[in-house]
Amino acid sequence: MNIFRALIRRELSMFFQGPTGFIIISAVLFLISLGFLVVLYGLNGEATPMPVTQIFYETYFFWLILLLIAPAITMRSFAMERASGTYESLMTAPVGDWQVVLSKFTGALIFYMILWTPLLVCSIVVRFYVGESAVLGFGTMFTTSMGILMIGSLYVSIGCFASALTQNQAVAAVGSFAIGAALFFTGFFSYFSGDRTDFFSLLARHISLANHMESFTRGILDLGAIIFFLSLTSLFLYLTHKVVESRRWK
Amino acid sequence: MIEVENLTKHYGQHVALDGITFAVGHGEVVGFLGPNGAGKSTTMRILTTFLAATSGSVHIGGDCVFERPNQVRSRIGYMPENNPLPIDLRARDYLVFRAQLKHLSKDMATKRVDEVVEQCGISNEENRYIGQLSRGYRQRVGMADALLANPELIILDEPTSGLDPNQVRSVRSLIRKLAGKHTVLISSHILSEIEMTCDRVIILHEGKLLASGEMNKLISKSNSKVVAEIRAPLIDIKNWVNEIALEDSELIEQKNGYVRCQFSGTKNNDAREQIFATVNERGWELRELSRHTPSLEDLFVSLTNGKEGNR
Ligand SMILES: Nc1ncnc2c1ncn2[C@@H]1O[C@H](COP(=O)(O)OP(=O)(O)O)[C@@H](O)[C@H]1O
Ligand SMILES: [Mg+2]
Repeated sequence: MNIFRALIRRELSMFFQGPTGFIIISAVLFLISLGFLVVLYGLNGEATPMPVTQIFYETYFFWLILLLIAPAITMRSFAMERASGTYESLMTAPVGDWQVVLSKFTGALIFYMILWTPLLVCSIVVRFYVGESAVLGFGTMFTTSMGILMIGSLYVSIGCFASALTQNQAVAAVGSFAIGAALFFTGFFSYFSGDRTDFFSLLARHISLANHMESFTRGILDLGAIIFFLSLTSLFLYLTHKVVESRRWK
Repeated sequence: MIEVENLTKHYGQHVALDGITFAVGHGEVVGFLGPNGAGKSTTMRILTTFLAATSGSVHIGGDCVFERPNQVRSRIGYMPENNPLPIDLRARDYLVFRAQLKHLSKDMATKRVDEVVEQCGISNEENRYIGQLSRGYRQRVGMADALLANPELIILDEPTSGLDPNQVRSVRSLIRKLAGKHTVLISSHILSEIEMTCDRVIILHEGKLLASGEMNKLISKSNSKVVAEIRAPLIDIKNWVNEIALEDSELIEQKNGYVRCQFSGTKNNDAREQIFATVNERGWELRELSRHTPSLEDLFVSLTNGKEGNR
């Protein structure tokens, strides 16, 4: 546990090495504010039955942030250590492969969640001005955070996997963006497939991140969605572990 | 401490190690010698559990590196090739972090970091960022890390490469101080380096074990060259050289009547005493008499020639 904490602290300190971490933070801040401008503009008109979080989520900014940010956060996790050689001293210290994989994942996920705090602040501001709990209850805020955490775990685990495969950060970023985008657009396809019941439409509906996420933003804690995200996250963490372990295969 | 048997490593088609067998006992300081690409780093990566071997067995302190990697890791202090360090940490913070990874408790970590900082002479620089340290100091930080958990076995991959002569000297004296308390394995492609620090040497060449044994015995087996500069008529010297039948002699006339005589091939006996005696007896003048230890290349020539001759 001690080791795990030390590893996570090291991961987090790496985000603030050089300007990269700050660039990511500013970019996210910019996108969240832009998204919120759109939301406020919408609220300015007539009352709406939708919670603010759902409106925000229906702007494209949410998905833009998600697709871009996870690769930017995770591209360095394994790739940078491999390129600089510190990977060798890390993996020859008495730490297990799982400890390394999980600490890199957790560190990235914590940084990812920190990036979303401006959204929380914005939401609270809106709530105070509107003063109507239907617009944004604390329950909705909680489930939305859960949704962001769930979908974040998935994208961060994908990013860790891509980063473990290469020692080139750019390749890692493009790789995890590609897998993430593929997942997102496969789900997107379910909008066009309507009520068709062929295999691909069903699959698309099942892995539709948008559908899973929507219930969270409406204040519903959807167990099916949680299981969906957790199992996919575990799958990618398992694959990451396999890649890390593979250097010791004969 | 280390038992390696028939170790083989393939990178795809490329054979990096080809059936190496050796053993290192407790408290020995052993040098791994070989030109670049000989397979030194590969062997060390397998010993430290970073890579798996293609075949063969490796035991460290009785534990198999493939089956019980974590036991092996806690026995070893390792400085990888080129001493990779994170540049964004202060030297001390890095060592504290490494101490935590090596299972030292908080108090113990502070204590040991203080000790290794002192031992490796980085007290004045411990609060600077590693990225701002000179190469020599980074090397000391890498060594300090290897020493942290007071491991039985210390493995250093080319600890003096890229350092200036002063830094090399200080790293060398640090290594020498480790002898006796730890088993030490260091690698180098420079023969004199190993000669100065190690009791025993293991010579690798293209993935094969070429020789292993005490350094001075190996050197005496190879061609060491004796050079003498003598002032005497050339013809006298020529006659004398023929008389004593030293092999492969080469005579070069110098200014002021000196003749530079190089004798190589004096495999078994050192010709220096004989030369000095003659010079004395005949009243010649002598301004240099020395024995050149062979370079790594010379050693390789003599070692591989023997083998190829047998084929
Ligand atoms: N990761 C790798 N992939 C492929 N070949 C490698 C790799 N690492 C080393 N080699 C090759 O294996 C041989 C031995 O390398 P190495 O152990 O680094 O030698 P040394 O440390 O003695 O210079 C070299 O020919 C090198 O090119
Ligand atoms: Mg090497």
